[in-house]
Amino acid sequence: MPGAMKGYSALALLKGGFNGHKSWPRAWRAPEPKAFYDVVIVGGGGHGLATAYYLAKVHGVRRVAVLEKSWIGGGNTGRNTTIVRSNYRLPQMQTFLELSLKLWEGLSQELNYNLMFSQRGALLLGHSDSDMTRLAELGDSLLTNGIDAKRLSREQVARLVPLLDMSPDARFPVHGGLIQPRGGTARHDAVAWGYARAADALGVDVIQNCEVTGIDIQGGKTVGVQTTKGAIGADRVAICVAGDSSTVAAMAGLRLPIESHMLQAFVSEPVKPMINTVIMSRSIHCYISQSDKGEIVLGGDPDLYPSYSKRGIPMRIEEVAGQAIGLVPALSRLRMLRCWSGVTDMSFDGAPIIGKTPVENLYLNGGWCYGGFKATPGSGFVYAHTLATGAPHPANAPFGLERFASGATIDEAASGPQPQSR
Amino acid sequence: MFLIACPHCGPRSQAEFVYERAEEAVAYPDGTPQETLAALYTRANPRDFAWELWRHAYGCRGWIRMRRHRTTHEIAEIEAVGARL
Amino acid sequence: MIDRDRGIAFTFDGRTYEGYPGDTLASALLAQGVHLMGRSFKYHRPRGVMAAGVEEPNALVGVGTGGRFEPNTRATDLFIYEGLKAVSQNRWPSLGLDIGAANSLIARFIPAGFYYKTFIGPPWLWKIYEHVIRQAAGLGAAPNAAEADAFEHRAAFCDVLVVGSGPAGLAAALAASEAGARVILAEQDIRLGGALLRDPATLDGLSALDWIAEAEARLKTLGARILTRTTAMGYYDHNQLTLIERRVEAGQTPGPGGLAQRLWRVRAGKVVIAAGASERPVLFSNNDRPGVMLAQAARSYRRRFGVLPGRRAIIATNNDDAYRTALDLAEAGAEIVAILDSRPLADSPICQAARAKFRAHLDARLVAALGSKRVNGATAVVAGRTISVEGDLIAVSGGFTPLVHLHMQAGGALDWNDAGGAFTPGAGRQGQISAGAAARREGLSEVLADGARAGGEAASALGFRSGTAREAPIAATAFDAPHHTLARFETAPGVNLKTAFVDTQNDVTAADIDLAWREGYRSVEHLKRYTTLGMATDQGKSSNILGLARLAAAEGRTVPEVGLTTFRPPFTPVTLGALAGEATGADMAPLRRTPLFSVHAALSPPWQPVGYWQRPRAYPRPGESLAAAGLREALCVRQSVGMTDISTLGKFEIVGPDAAAFLARICATPVAKLAVGRGRYTFMLREDGMVVDDGTLWRLDEHRYLLTSSTGGADRMPALLSYVRHILDPGLKVAFASVQERWGAVAVAGPGAAAVVRSLGLEPPAHMGLTRGSVDAGQVLVLAASYSGERAFEIYAPAHELTDLWRRLDTAITSEGGTTYGLEALELLRIEKGHIETGAEIDGRRTPGDLDLQRMLRGKGGYVGAPALARPALTDPQRLRFVGLEAVSGAPIPEGAMLLTKAAGRPHGHVTSAGLRLDGSGAGIALSLLKAGPERLGETLIAASPSRGRNVLVRVVSPVFHDPEGTRYRE
Ligand SMILES: Cc1cc2nc3c(=O)[nH]c(=O)nc-3n(C[C@H](O)[C@H](O)[C@H](O)COP(=O)(O)OP(=O)(O)OC[C@H]3O[C@@H](n4cnc5c(N)ncnc54)[C@H](O)[C@@H]3O)c2cc1C
Ligand SMILES: [Zn+2]
Repeated sequence: MPGAMKGYSALALLKGGFNGHKSWPRAWRAPEPKAFYDVVIVGGGGHGLATAYYLAKVHGVRRVAVLEKSWIGGGNTGRNTTIVRSNYRLPQMQTFLELSLKLWEGLSQELNYNLMFSQRGALLLGHSDSDMTRLAELGDSLLTNGIDAKRLSREQVARLVPLLDMSPDARFPVHGGLIQPRGGTARHDAVAWGYARAADALGVDVIQNCEVTGIDIQGGKTVGVQTTKGAIGADRVAICVAGDSSTVAAMAGLRLPIESHMLQAFVSEPVKPMINTVIMSRSIHCYISQSDKGEIVLGGDPDLYPSYSKRGIPMRIEEVAGQAIGLVPALSRLRMLRCWSGVTDMSFDGAPIIGKTPVENLYLNGGWCYGGFKATPGSGFVYAHTLATGAPHPANAPFGLERFASGATIDEAASGPQPQSR
Repeated sequence: MFLIACPHCGPRSQAEFVYERAEEAVAYPDGTPQETLAALYTRANPRDFAWELWRHAYGCRGWIRMRRHRTTHEIAEIEAVGARL
Repeated sequence: MIDRDRGIAFTFDGRTYEGYPGDTLASALLAQGVHLMGRSFKYHRPRGVMAAGVEEPNALVGVGTGGRFEPNTRATDLFIYEGLKAVSQNRWPSLGLDIGAANSLIARFIPAGFYYKTFIGPPWLWKIYEHVIRQAAGLGAAPNAAEADAFEHRAAFCDVLVVGSGPAGLAAALAASEAGARVILAEQDIRLGGALLRDPATLDGLSALDWIAEAEARLKTLGARILTRTTAMGYYDHNQLTLIERRVEAGQTPGPGGLAQRLWRVRAGKVVIAAGASERPVLFSNNDRPGVMLAQAARSYRRRFGVLPGRRAIIATNNDDAYRTALDLAEAGAEIVAILDSRPLADSPICQAARAKFRAHLDARLVAALGSKRVNGATAVVAGRTISVEGDLIAVSGGFTPLVHLHMQAGGALDWNDAGGAFTPGAGRQGQISAGAAARREGLSEVLADGARAGGEAASALGFRSGTAREAPIAATAFDAPHHTLARFETAPGVNLKTAFVDTQNDVTAADIDLAWREGYRSVEHLKRYTTLGMATDQGKSSNILGLARLAAAEGRTVPEVGLTTFRPPFTPVTLGALAGEATGADMAPLRRTPLFSVHAALSPPWQPVGYWQRPRAYPRPGESLAAAGLREALCVRQSVGMTDISTLGKFEIVGPDAAAFLARICATPVAKLAVGRGRYTFMLREDGMVVDDGTLWRLDEHRYLLTSSTGGADRMPALLSYVRHILDPGLKVAFASVQERWGAVAVAGPGAAAVVRSLGLEPPAHMGLTRGSVDAGQVLVLAASYSGERAFEIYAPAHELTDLWRRLDTAITSEGGTTYGLEALELLRIEKGHIETGAEIDGRRTPGDLDLQRMLRGKGGYVGAPALARPALTDPQRLRFVGLEAVSGAPIPEGAMLLTKAAGRPHGHVTSAGLRLDGSGAGIALSLLKAGPERLGETLIAASPSRGRNVLVRVVSPVFHDPEGTRYRE
């Protein structure tokens, strides 16, 4: 019975302790697909699941299915370094990501699932006076747009991250930083599970091991999908498959401004707290944080060539390790425990694509590059709006597919149309 | 890391090469806006073989055309392209 | 294998113990009767040693001090050395008395994934909870000192890489070497031999140890490279593997050179994976107690390390191999209390031999271990009856898991062996061949034969003559036969699932797995992520299959149907230091220096990093501030003359009859009409129509040009030039070269610049003209181009002659009353003159129109980026466009500030470069990008910098503040 969601709480857990935790229901059902849905969402990542949740919750669209080819959250949602922030430079990105960040802030409670959203701050380091000016510019642009940002002096940075190499003759000496105090990290799997559970409770069918193999188009209109569990009819089909965007779009004859690349990340063995914020740098292409479990989470540049292999080049990991130790020398004797990669949907201006496609009733959400985790709630929210109303929410209006032809690209990295140069 | 058989230099580590672009992504300056937009902003982005342009940036600096499998990373065909070095 | 002649003193939790060379920390502690070595992650349960190698989940310690401290080090994989200092982890106040163990009292309330269900309060409350959780989490202490030692990377090539030096690996290495292949043999242990170190055997008539020594000698003679203490951590594309060689143990001080670890990048023709198999534990209540040990590990401690891990042993098994443990321990004087064999039938010779000596039960399974900090007995069900036995060691064998990690990393498929309950290597995709126990071969003879086959196959696949391959060694050992494993994964009736640990380190119990399954976390990955099964530092080596099997049983499917999680590098955890190698600290990025670096450095100027370059910002006099120095230098240029090092600029020489046609692709400005001996300003577009860089183009000869670009652009430009040359226009007769580092350059600017040039004996060229000549027999090129707005020259000289030229110029400048100047002055001069700059106004998002360059565009197009410019949004007048600003009050304008129309509201643009008037007023001026900028001249705006707490009222003006008519630079 959909809707019969048992509340999670300390009290419930206490009760569970006395009955051997036998009465916890499934977090989400395992339904067989129905013949027809108002909206079929292709892809059970965070974005697809969030979209389903907001469709049901905000727009009352309840005949919704999320079709996932393997297990929910198994794409980039379960592979990212979980950094959440809204301190981008371009106003379109700021507006959209801030909407997302605001949703993050109440999300554990809203979903009744602890996402371990941890606002321990996202710190950008500056390594020269001119870096500090650029950071001030970023701070100014954020603050004038109502987003939190704080300039930190060298001393403040040293206090915040005592293990940083603060020596003036470091290769990239730390001059100060800019922090977004509301930024931080979240538990990635929990985001998928929390949305799935909440969407399921609202009647959404979350269907795993159901791969979409074709998109049915009649008279130029999308009418459903072919899947490994049979044909499913739909009023609207919403692609939400990140690294697989091109593959699924090709089923409708579309070629996208997207190339799939590898991005790697790794974690160390767990240790007691040593890094209490998210560290990023302008000159150094690595980012460092520490999970609640104690693992140091590290990421860096993508592999810079197209691939679906989910196997990265070792050189990249070695570079990240060198840079991380350069910043935080005490990391040297920690050991890399796990390393993995994800297939990132690199769009050709670095910004996501959320909106209609040239095929009627077929919608696209993709092009997240290596930064879409933070966007998960916002992406679901505005995509649901677009699907429910047929028109974009103001926050995703600039992110349509047509922007490439019109020239209104949103090039945060200012590096042009070749994703490998970003 | 790939082992790339540069037609000029022989087998070398991927570390010496730069992936430049998919072959379909070459936009000619004399092209029409439509051709240019198609080359710049649409891709097949297949999961299997694709023709790609690589440059032996830290070697002979020559350009290479290769047909590479984007899931197994097998390089099926490779040849030199461009002006004589 | 332990050298008892010499003792080694070490400490554990502050107490001094003695061990012997060849001991691991675990074996040395066991020898001293220390069984309690660690605490578990969540419940802080007391833990001892379970394994004898890298699969150890429990006995983790912190080793070393200061910059050599390594937390989470496996006591079973740490060979002791004099002075070793180890401390136990995750306990307070002590290992014996651990407050955190209270967690196990509330274990029933904190099952798998409990944190997802609670602490769901408002964010501020979660912050408090989280703090507590974070302190509790984490295993070892965090290191807090910088690295004390060195790490390095090395590359190597070989025909056949053999991973593992057990019988299979040695046989493979011998076979491949004898066939003529270049072999590298990597062994993670400190010595060769693998399983031969644990089980006695005779090979080719020699004792195992002698045979190993002979094999090693033979391999060396044949030229093989043998790397011990070297782990193959990753198998990457195209047969590239990464090996980690530990030159010293964790925490140990290295010898001269200070090298702690070395990372090998090996490109192999073929790879023989002879990594062996690891033994699996068994699920029963309190199966994590100190004294519960893998059966093979117990044998290792006895044979290899000479320690009897218990005096009264209970053996629990589902295969024949554990009988060997029983025989072995008994031989060393232990009492075998009982053999509990879960199989209904066990009649191989070894079982019969053991049954003749010990009490052995068939259809017998453990229910619970008894005792807390050390096992003192067990209960079991035997054919439906419960029995209890006493004992201080429970040696368990749940079957064997071939180490297929590298095989899978290389893209290999896996097959499932149901009786063995094991995944075995299936079809490979790269050059991998698995052999021996890693391919589920059992029995020494079979393992040796398999190794020899693999080595021979690898060599012959690479074209080495297989005819010369050597025969497999002949083994003689007791009970040379397969293990007859009959894997049964379900727990015995009566087992308390809440204390039956699947993943001991992370405290994941059978009950947790069941709970996760009930809640719908049913895919392997969900199970793993929800319960943290297999996420511990042993990477699931011992727990994986047990967990999978339990999931499969719940699902009513087979193990291969529920699937396996993917194995990825590293095989065992690797220090970040080894990964980084030399490329960290000061060497984490290159440092580029101009030919004049030491000249500047002698003046110790404040430096400005520009990419990897370092450029002087100014040359302050004693007591002078940087800002004052910059201002003084800039004023001096305006009033008399100055010179500055501009060697970092990009410089490209383009030669050939089609050079102009080639440049017409690169430059968006007219090229064709440029006369020999003349230059002009130019800029380049990216393919999407955005300006990427600007510079000057000079026609040196009929078919020879020099193109300059910005410092940053110099790194991008070769790719663009190369792209045009090879892909867009391969037919053109043209060649280009970056001469950025061949030519150094000095800019001389100011009213006195021409005089300075003349003092070199050169005739100053007219504006945008050039002269070639020589100074002191060195050739120079003088370009009359002005960045500052004054009469100015760029003087190019070969890099190695630049210092002499600089000295000559310095004298001339000084006699004119001039100065050297740095980037600060350069910027002040540029900004006042209203020149755009890459990295500031040219920010990668501006069209020529945005930057007021429209009128310079070549009308006919044909340059890179031209077609994309036709897009409508690129001509929208509301775009951010280039204008100047002046402070209404004359105050300095904060660079980077947002431009607002009123105190609140969204920015209309931002300040890209901020400077001062050099006309004596010192008034604040700036360059900016402003929505519809040029249409708003005269408008007043707020330059707001809330991050710095400054607001300045500014007026929108033309960006050219200095000499708008351009008379000064023409003379
Ligand atoms: C290593 C790494 C680090 C990252 N770090 C960060 C970070 O720190 N911060 C940040 O904000 N972002 C980060 N990202 C990016 C972020 O992870 C992604 O942008 C985001 O998670 C995308 O979510 P999604 O739901 O769109 O895609 P996914 O989670 O990838 O979901 C897509 C789903 O579609 C399914 N699917 C595909 N094809 C089909 C089909 N034919 N039929 C049915 N289902 C299909 C897939 O199985 C998958 O589950 C990182 C990414 C990686 C790889
Ligand atoms: Zn080459």
